[in-house]
Amino acid sequence: MSDQGRLSFIQAQDGTLVIRLVGAWSLRAGIPSTADVQGQVASTGILRGVAFDSRELTSWDSSVLTFLVEVSELCRQRGIPMDREGLPVGVQKLLDLAEAVPERKGARREVTEASFLERIGTSTLGVAGSSKEMLAFLGEMTVTFFALLRLKARYRASDLFLLIQQCGAQALPIVTLISFLVGVILAFVGAVQLKQFGAQIYVADLVGIAMMREMGAMMTGIIMAGRTGAAFAAQLGTMKVTQEVDAFTTAGFSPLEFLVLPRVMALILMMPLLCLYSDFVGVIGGAVIGVGMLDLSWTTYFHETANAISLTDMFGGVFKSSVYGVLIALSGCLRGLQCGNSSSAVGDAATSAVVTGIVAIVVACGLFAVVFYILGI
Amino acid sequence: MVGQALTGNGAKPHIVVRDLTMAFGSFVLMRDLNFTVNHGDVFIIMGGSGSGKSTLLRHMIGLIEPAKGDIFYGDKNFTEAEPEQRQELLRRMGVLFQTGGLWSSMTLAENIGMLLEEYTDLRAAEIREVASLKLALVGLKGFEDYYPSQISGGMQKRAGLARAMALDPEVLFFDEPSAGLDPISSRLLDELILELRDSLGATVVVVTHELASIFTIGNNSVFLDPEAKTMTASGDPKELLAHCPDPKVQAFLRRGEIRRIHE
Repeated sequence: MSDQGRLSFIQAQDGTLVIRLVGAWSLRAGIPSTADVQGQVASTGILRGVAFDSRELTSWDSSVLTFLVEVSELCRQRGIPMDREGLPVGVQKLLDLAEAVPERKGARREVTEASFLERIGTSTLGVAGSSKEMLAFLGEMTVTFFALLRLKARYRASDLFLLIQQCGAQALPIVTLISFLVGVILAFVGAVQLKQFGAQIYVADLVGIAMMREMGAMMTGIIMAGRTGAAFAAQLGTMKVTQEVDAFTTAGFSPLEFLVLPRVMALILMMPLLCLYSDFVGVIGGAVIGVGMLDLSWTTYFHETANAISLTDMFGGVFKSSVYGVLIALSGCLRGLQCGNSSSAVGDAATSAVVTGIVAIVVACGLFAVVFYILGI
Repeated sequence: MVGQALTGNGAKPHIVVRDLTMAFGSFVLMRDLNFTVNHGDVFIIMGGSGSGKSTLLRHMIGLIEPAKGDIFYGDKNFTEAEPEQRQELLRRMGVLFQTGGLWSSMTLAENIGMLLEEYTDLRAAEIREVASLKLALVGLKGFEDYYPSQISGGMQKRAGLARAMALDPEVLFFDEPSAGLDPISSRLLDELILELRDSLGATVVVVTHELASIFTIGNNSVFLDPEAKTMTASGDPKELLAHCPDPKVQAFLRRGEIRRIHE
């Protein structure tokens, strides 16, 4: 661009520095640095004032203003009077406007680089704070649960039924797909190994036991954490933002009873059913491989499966799934209720709910493995 | 500070805020707030954006605990009340939140019915009738079975007001009632507030920075100054306009000083 804005300086006879603004100034071409002005000011011995000449300025926008605000600040610091007469009228008015309201004391954020130790300290306090919140939430939920057992908890039955529908029936398609594929994968992995010594029939045992004991509960847990846990956090987070949660509190209704309890109950009730369903679909997935690839008959496969698994295996899995349900619902609701006051906070709450939920499930799964081993189940 | 409540003539104090300090952690938002709201007042909490008006209201309805100080309703200390006593006091308050705060999973009638179901012994059909009446009072007759998301923002505000009035409260709180409303709707809301005050005999506390509303409905007020971190004036807004010496209060009540530059 040939006509780009430029600066030049004239030292007038009476000791004023005249800054000439020339050409077309545009934000797209960048903002000239005030270093030149500073240089000029410093090099001039006695400076009586700063003036402007804008006769050759063909067009201007915020770039000129930004530059002038900096110059004005510079003059103020050095106690040099600034004569604005030579500027276009519009620029003068906007400058006045920019300086009309003095900066609010203490409003400017101090941007300081926190030291390493300081950062460790801050995050330690953060962890302590959030653990305290989590414990408080768990404590209050326990109290709420006892209220439920004494039939004193208040919640809307219609909410509960709607939630049961949402996290029960409506989750079936995705649970079907994932469980079937998990059954297929388990059968494949087993088939390759077992075929080597002609023990194909044990694929049925492998798939059956794995699905019943671990995979059914685990996969439903992870699906529901991603699906329902996130939904809970987003729902409660949005309700927080739109002050619906506040409205519950001021109306004398406990948000834990009205919002969290039905969600926990819906998952406690639905997770075992989903888990049983997942077990069943997983076994079918295994059977498809057994029949299709290993030349077993349907009858043999199911007979072998029925022999391999026990009721204890099945109930162990179902029990675990119920516990996972509680963990998913609690982490979803906790993150939702902790949500901040913006739309991005709702997104963060949903993300954090899924992460918390899955971590809780995996940790619980590990604990169950140890406990079941010790109990000999 | 300019004189205390100017309503005078033996008015009975309804809400008394004493030495209230509002703080988040170590950050103090406001300190030394002292004011009295009398029975039947329309009390305005005013101040610029970010001065802590809504936060003060949230303190008064118990959503935030004060860092220091007490809030009294009548002769009962709300801040130190036991949970049950506090519930009792809350039941006599109605709150209209800034965004309406309607429960989105319930219809308008259910929103109002929830409260009646919980705190009265009315039968379902009677609850429905009362809910319809409350909706009719705010001009929403026939919208009983709409969900909050199906009506406009102004209607949501009015429905929120209907819910706030469900239990015929003694104190009504309004958080920025005219925010997001067109001039006519906000004028109608102002009139509604006055009518409710007169007919229900309720005390009204309004957070707002709408000058038109302040002068139309307010007869007592407090001005929060974020730089002084406390209240710098209280009393009838019209009196403040005429007599308050504080330049910031004057600037606020006369739509600011930014105008002077262009004159």
